[in-house]
Amino acid sequence: MKEFNIIITGVGGQGVLTLTNVITWSALKEGLDVKASELHGLAQRSGAIACHVRFGNRIYSPLVLEGKADLIFGLEPLEALRSCYFGSRNRTIFLVNTHRVIPSSIFITKEEYPSLSYIVKALRPFSDKVITLDASEVAKNGTGDVVMANMYMLGYACAKNLIQLKKESILDGMKEVIPERHIKSNIRILNLGFKAK
Amino acid sequence: MKQILLNENGKKVILLGNEAIVRGALESGVGFSSTYPGTPASEIGDTFADIAKEAGLYFEYSTNEKVALEAAAGAALSGVRSMVSFKQYGLNVSSDSFFPLAYVGVRAGMVIVVADDPNCWSSAQSEQDSRYYARLAHMPMLEPADSQECKDFTKIAFDLSEKFDIPILLRTTTRVNHGRGVVTLGRIVEGRKRGEFKKDSIKFRNFPPYIMGTHEELHKKLDEIRKISEEIHINFSLNEDSRSDLGIVTSGVAFNYVIDALQDLKLDLSVLKLGLTYPAPEDKIRSFIGNLESVLVVEEIEPILEESMSALAKDVNPELRLYGKKNGHLPRSGELKEWHALLAISKITGIKSQYNPIAQKEEYKKLNIARRLPLMCPGCPHRASFFATKSVVGDDAVFGGDIGCYILGMYPPFETQDFVFSMGASQGLIHGIKKVSDQKAIAFIGDSTFFHAGIPGLINIVYNRSNPLIIVLDNRATAMTGHQPHPGVGITGMGKKSKVINIEDVVRACGVENVMVVDPFNIKEMEEAVRESLQKEEVSVIVAKRECQLIAIRRKKREGAIMPNFGIDQSKCDGCGICLYQFGCPAIFMENDKFFIDRDLCTGCAVCVRICPKRAIRAVR
Repeated sequence: MKEFNIIITGVGGQGVLTLTNVITWSALKEGLDVKASELHGLAQRSGAIACHVRFGNRIYSPLVLEGKADLIFGLEPLEALRSCYFGSRNRTIFLVNTHRVIPSSIFITKEEYPSLSYIVKALRPFSDKVITLDASEVAKNGTGDVVMANMYMLGYACAKNLIQLKKESILDGMKEVIPERHIKSNIRILNLGFKAK
Repeated sequence: MKQILLNENGKKVILLGNEAIVRGALESGVGFSSTYPGTPASEIGDTFADIAKEAGLYFEYSTNEKVALEAAAGAALSGVRSMVSFKQYGLNVSSDSFFPLAYVGVRAGMVIVVADDPNCWSSAQSEQDSRYYARLAHMPMLEPADSQECKDFTKIAFDLSEKFDIPILLRTTTRVNHGRGVVTLGRIVEGRKRGEFKKDSIKFRNFPPYIMGTHEELHKKLDEIRKISEEIHINFSLNEDSRSDLGIVTSGVAFNYVIDALQDLKLDLSVLKLGLTYPAPEDKIRSFIGNLESVLVVEEIEPILEESMSALAKDVNPELRLYGKKNGHLPRSGELKEWHALLAISKITGIKSQYNPIAQKEEYKKLNIARRLPLMCPGCPHRASFFATKSVVGDDAVFGGDIGCYILGMYPPFETQDFVFSMGASQGLIHGIKKVSDQKAIAFIGDSTFFHAGIPGLINIVYNRSNPLIIVLDNRATAMTGHQPHPGVGITGMGKKSKVINIEDVVRACGVENVMVVDPFNIKEMEEAVRESLQKEEVSVIVAKRECQLIAIRRKKREGAIMPNFGIDQSKCDGCGICLYQFGCPAIFMENDKFFIDRDLCTGCAVCVRICPKRAIRAVR
């Protein structure tokens, strides 16, 4: 297949790395070549993180070229906005979790957290399609753990053909990444994403 | 992690670059590994820590990189294959022993992994290009471009090292260390775990007149390895029959950007990709550039290949036009990206790309995006130490900064890192400042950093008599890089119990008389300690001892302890904002001019309860 480029963005602790790793493994399970790029260290202290995943027949760069993302997972709306330049019209779909994680630094630096409508509007020059969903709410109601919002979004993306991966490959990928004691609840949330309208 | 030990030859797995390096070491029969944690190299050590026992090899977190390198050299000189890994600044720390090691050689294979961090994504300090060290020390260097190459090049490095009796450098950059990719596994090899140091009256003694002999020997080895460099499959060219008169020379992760850029531009330029970059295959390069009109050199950080290229061109193609960092086609600072390569090729060839990064960025610049500054975690003991210190001295002091989580104290509301240099530098600089100025001076240094490089600086202060205040932020872990243990914790890299070395005992043994150990959560006591220390004629040391809250919470959850919840009594709160604007806890937020505590974020440290002048914060159900 031709390359498929994904950006996964959010805040440290939201499961950005787990989602990156699950997708990476799922692509391998499909027999594809895949590369991903993460950032560790400073970026993890409740800071902003953007991970890249690329899969296809043969992948070279681990980074998505600005404007060439096919799918952007925004686990947090402000972070979706911060990484929006990876998207472009005619190519990119944004899947944005509406659950806000307010950076506490804004109280000290006196900056303002933009409204959701500002964010969705601002994404438009970078995408033809912005899908918003309250994945954290569903995850919290479903398992009591907001961190599984990532699996809900992955299930949603797979069911709606926003990502070219089979469900079986995703389930196999999850087994490689997620600890056994958490696998059941994660699959439950993934399935909720599949059933979402 | 389980994939690292999988003994299934030919199986494909996903590995982080750092994990793939460990796997490569296991497939090379490594018996000894050491490190001092430093991102982007940290996961190499952590992966070794996870598997060492099961794999039957020895691993340690050494006190610093110099010691780590020496320990790994000791193992290699005794016939056991060894690996030492660190970030770029770690190589600087180790350099005193690194240089003579090249002369001495090794009995068993030894690989030195150095991780550079263009853009300083995960480390502070500088965009150092460690490739210069290979040339400076005459030590061969390999540069992998992805996870598969991390594993394969590690194996090549061990074999070259042992064959030519010389340690080998494996140089990575952040996108290689923290990139994931498909790796085809090979067989894990059982190597020697025990060895014996056999004396050699010439080889191991870096002392004249032997040195001139070993130096000559070293150059002979390099001449031999240069021949290998000409033949080895990891130095290869693509699209050799391209009819274009422009060619590209590249190494490391930059190779991937070049290939993608060429695909985007639908060009089939010839590309020379170098994996063994020092000693470089000079004949191969000469023949590659011989018939070209121009060459673009794409490499991460400094124009090192580019400079060597212009020297080689003089022999075979003096008219060759060189493009790269020196004439502005590629950036001289910051991380290289695919679009840099794309634009450079486009500019030279005149072939337009459909892609316009400049327009893309222009649209982006119009947006209003609140920053998300990295902060100390809720319940971080460093926050309490900074708050107490600033409540005593305000801004009326020089605050010496150092390397660790507390570097985040540079941001508001604290701004307690007036300078940041390198491990242990807080004390060295603060001494000099104190010698020439009458300002109050306070150095903050972490526990692991104190063991790493703090002790000589402290002894210097005592010996040469200045009187700064040193606050050792002892959070019982090397927290920033992933909570690795250190000598003050009493657990080794093998997970074994060891002697606990107390910082306060070391401080007293260094001759410091004013030593206090304080729990920083006890704000009043901490403030009192700072006030008292600043009046002393001699140096004072406060050990602010309190476990990293992330470790404490993890342990308490494991023990099933019930975490207290705190709330703000709105009838008592007068909105002074000390808890948010001066203490800066991420669990506290403001909505409609009222202050609240986010229960999901609060870790129950209760320091805000102590600092609230209206006593408006209390435990709630």
